[in-house]
Amino acid sequence: MEQSIKQEIKLKGIPASPGIATGPVFLFRKHEPIIPIRSIAADEVEPEIERLRNAVARSKKELTKVFEFAEQKLGTEQSKIFEAQLLILEDVVLFDVVYKRLKRERKNAEHILKDEMEKYHQLMMASKDEFARERADDLLDVQNRILRNLEEQKLISKIEGSHVIISHNLAAADTLIFSRNDVLAYVTELGGATSHMALLARALKIPAIVGIHQLSSLVQTEDQIVIDGYSGTVVLHPSPETLLFYEKKKTQHLAFEEALSTLRDFPAETLDGHRIKLAANVELEEEFEFIKMQGAEGIGLYRTESLLIGKEVFPSEEEQFEVYHHIAESVFPNHAIIRTFDIGGDKFMTQAMKENNPFLGWRGIRVMLDKPQIFLDQLRAILRASRLKNLALMLPMVTSIKEVQLSKQLIAQAKDDLRAQKIPFDENLRLGVMIEVPAAAVIADHLAREVSFLSIGTNDLIQYLLAVDRGNDIVSDLFQEFHPAVIRFLRRIIERGKQEHAWVGMCGQMAGDPLATILLVGLGLDEFSVVPTVLPEIKKIIRSIHFTEAQHVAERVLAMQSEDEIKAFLKHLMKHKFPDIPIG
Amino acid sequence: MIEHELTIRNRAGLHTRPAAAIVKLAAKFQSEFIIEKDSFQINGKSIIGVMTLAAEQGSTLIVRFDGPDEQEAYQAMAELFESGFGEPI
Repeated sequence: MEQSIKQEIKLKGIPASPGIATGPVFLFRKHEPIIPIRSIAADEVEPEIERLRNAVARSKKELTKVFEFAEQKLGTEQSKIFEAQLLILEDVVLFDVVYKRLKRERKNAEHILKDEMEKYHQLMMASKDEFARERADDLLDVQNRILRNLEEQKLISKIEGSHVIISHNLAAADTLIFSRNDVLAYVTELGGATSHMALLARALKIPAIVGIHQLSSLVQTEDQIVIDGYSGTVVLHPSPETLLFYEKKKTQHLAFEEALSTLRDFPAETLDGHRIKLAANVELEEEFEFIKMQGAEGIGLYRTESLLIGKEVFPSEEEQFEVYHHIAESVFPNHAIIRTFDIGGDKFMTQAMKENNPFLGWRGIRVMLDKPQIFLDQLRAILRASRLKNLALMLPMVTSIKEVQLSKQLIAQAKDDLRAQKIPFDENLRLGVMIEVPAAAVIADHLAREVSFLSIGTNDLIQYLLAVDRGNDIVSDLFQEFHPAVIRFLRRIIERGKQEHAWVGMCGQMAGDPLATILLVGLGLDEFSVVPTVLPEIKKIIRSIHFTEAQHVAERVLAMQSEDEIKAFLKHLMKHKFPDIPIG
Repeated sequence: MIEHELTIRNRAGLHTRPAAAIVKLAAKFQSEFIIEKDSFQINGKSIIGVMTLAAEQGSTLIVRFDGPDEQEAYQAMAELFESGFGEPI
């Protein structure tokens, strides 16, 4: 067989849905029409109007299908976006003007339609209301759909054979439509683990990775690719050895998962009796049963942002209460840590706000303290759900004591409200903060005096500490979890936190990296909160080592001067002790 | 022609779902329906127009009905606004 030999390329993204897949790529480029302006003759006006009517009718047919499919798969609430888009297609006022202008100006339908819809789009984009800007996206979606149909291009929804879908971004409608085909995996350049696509992929049990920037410039349709949804790794043009490695990893995972399930009811305790708390990071209610199966001791991080997916408005106190109450009941007698809305940064809110530097901008607790009404709704909902005394509350993106104190004032206010209304709640609801900004790490001892626990968010912490945007290809290899500065920082946070009698956990990606487990145990971490898929592996490692040995490993690593040295040392250790556990 | 003021009562304000409800209701009547906010006028029978209105809870809209069933149309619309579009108030 003739085939040019291409260099193997390995890329790292954010794991969004677990599983391993190997196969050919299907590169999906969202239609970005270039609109020509063309004059038309008098006798062409009627055919042009007819052409537009047909395109609108076809768009309506497509959207109706998407709407029905979404209602089935996602429920009425989340399918509302598509219903509104359908109404736009039926907008008499809009199309009256478009048809009138077409007759008068005698220009092609694409130009007139785009020009007219653009006016509304600009009005929405100019609005101070952040939801108006989201509506503007809906409008653009409809516009592009009609324009595509004017060119009579078929929606690429039928692809021959099994493929890995690669795209810059996948809208909800596209993900759903693709899922009718034989999709092996989804990979997108944009998006967090909470994107629409990620949510759907998990529900459909299809492996997915998000946040691999520039990927579509590196691949072509039918290129071979490997997707590792456990670690977030993508391998382009895999060599026969790589293919074999992942084939093995896939089989191993299945066999190992079966073997590990026997560990489910045992605690995460070292051979010499040092007890670690092993909890799960959770986004969806559907995952609650799964984490129990995986043997988690409760939830170490519940990301409430998932309540905002597909919504235009913040969920009411009542809606939130239902969810938090369900969490508390389903993990009982274990605990669940609920993190307040962490919006901004790479999440959808600021995409519309267009900050120059969102990671240094308006996000996390900063947003919540500026929007006390939204914050209070959430605090009341969490408090009301705390009756079983097994919930805790965590604040994201904290950088100062003042933010914690202001939050505590609002919590006190929420408690007063509830007392006045005679609504029961946990008077001693524990409060914790995320340590994900270097400033918070430096004042960890002060913060620890204000709260009951600290939870280290490694993804952001490393990014801020090393001044590396891991989405930036030029420097992404400088994003090093095992950089000596990171390890020293972790040591400092854990020590300072514990000195002030707060327990210290970790809910970032590093906590779920088997290569880091022994080191983190040795550094004295009290709690690991990991994605449910890796939980059994981490438990197996913890149950097979001595705490004293782990402390010794940590001491040795702290003396090392480069990430290469540290990783080589840990890899050697893991290969020797745990040959069954696949490592990155 | 009749003209009245109506207030947005639901907490979330005039987002897509209420906009759709307004447009659907207006379509049931023959009368022309204009909504004015901050001297900006839109046709209340057009979803794309209503979607451009940024109206928070508590803000006031001027509504104008003109046609044979203007009274009934206004009554129905006033009820819809009064109910907070069936959303939390």
